[in-house]
Amino acid sequence: MMLDIRGVKKSFEGLEVLKGIDLTVEKGDVVAILGPSGSGKTTFLRCVNFLERADSGTLTFDGETVDMHTVKKRDIARLRKKTAFVFQNYNLFLNKTVLQNVTLGLTAGSGVPRQQARDIAVKALMRVGMEQKLDSYPSQLSGGQQQRVAIARGLALDPEIIYFDEPTSALDPELIGEVLGVMRQLADEGMTMLVVTHEMEFAKNVSNKVLFMEGGYVVEAAPSRAFFEHPQEERSRAFLRAIRHE
Amino acid sequence: MSERTWSIVVDSFPKMLDYGVRVTLPLAAASFALALVVAVIVALIQYAKVPVLQELCRFYIWVVRGTPVLVQLYLVFYGLPSLGLVFDAWLAAWLVLGLNEAAYMAETMRGAIESVSVGQLEAGYCVGLNFPQIMWHVMLPQAFRTAFPALGNSLISMVKETSMAATITVMELFRQAQVINGRVYESLALYTEAAVIYLMFCTVLSWLQRLGERLLARRGGAAK
Repeated sequence: MMLDIRGVKKSFEGLEVLKGIDLTVEKGDVVAILGPSGSGKTTFLRCVNFLERADSGTLTFDGETVDMHTVKKRDIARLRKKTAFVFQNYNLFLNKTVLQNVTLGLTAGSGVPRQQARDIAVKALMRVGMEQKLDSYPSQLSGGQQQRVAIARGLALDPEIIYFDEPTSALDPELIGEVLGVMRQLADEGMTMLVVTHEMEFAKNVSNKVLFMEGGYVVEAAPSRAFFEHPQEERSRAFLRAIRHE
Repeated sequence: MSERTWSIVVDSFPKMLDYGVRVTLPLAAASFALALVVAVIVALIQYAKVPVLQELCRFYIWVVRGTPVLVQLYLVFYGLPSLGLVFDAWLAAWLVLGLNEAAYMAETMRGAIESVSVGQLEAGYCVGLNFPQIMWHVMLPQAFRTAFPALGNSLISMVKETSMAATITVMELFRQAQVINGRVYESLALYTEAAVIYLMFCTVLSWLQRLGERLLARRGGAAK
């Protein structure tokens, strides 16, 4: 067991968005977090990487357990070094080139020498097919290209797990494929991933586990195949029916 | 214009221009540099909501913006010596002009930093940077781009505000005009000359400001 999360609760101004979420991730897992809008899945992912501070819950990563409410900044920084986060709207550094976007975390964040950081960055960019655009600025790239650079920025950090927060939701339909292709390739290479998504094909064919959330609860946690072929809960069945009728 | 006036103009113009270049511009540049450093620090303290310091910054901005710069100059140069704090005129002018403009520029910078998407900050944390590193590498460069036109205006104001330093005996462009006028009584000609020189300086600066804006716009990483 690589990542174990217990009892995550979170409220915003009195409204309880997460009502006790549990999740266990093994090395090599690709977990798809599914659910209707407002089910709390993005908030949950943000709590897991401490972008939001949970009201309660514990997180165990590689045997180290922290209280998600009282965790100290220093521990957050150390735990984050094992992870990467891909945002819905990419959040590439707008004042940096593609190459600088990928090297900044290495040089400034981890003290990697410049030349070595460059080599790592170019390799990471090659994995997402963006090595031709080293000197472009984010504003000169399409959404799909920006998201691939964002994935390379994460890969360069050599994370144990990558969190994806609806990585294709901001993309034009014709650009979704290139990003999903990169994610599928990472999954094939054995990368551990936790993916909040609306892409059912991805959840069905690439992920091996599904966490289905609704209204701040986990409705069903199951292997992907079982979830899509034999959903156990009535809510899951209703959700899948609705999706298929789209 | 009489021949006498003309010869006074021809004689005084280079002298005043000389003081303009040797004193007015360096004083403006030095005060602007001080203002910029203080403004960024004050803006960052407020953006990061540092307890206590944040309140001190609000207080500083409140006092400075609520009092005339001329009064501040008098207070520091003529007033503080009673408390044993004696400042050289140049030092007093530098401090007052710089700290005065900093209060306005801090608000400019705070607005500019706040206008940068919070996603930039979060992305910085997620690639392992700490708050100062994110500010230095990501947020401030983008904020400066937003603030550039307003900062240019501050610099131009600063050039003109240095004329106030004449009131606390700093021998600069305007003081030089006053001194020459004291000898020859040609107020209209001499103060027009001073105005023309300030106008020249500020024209060049606004031209540089537009050039800078165009260069920033051309560079790829435009802020949205």
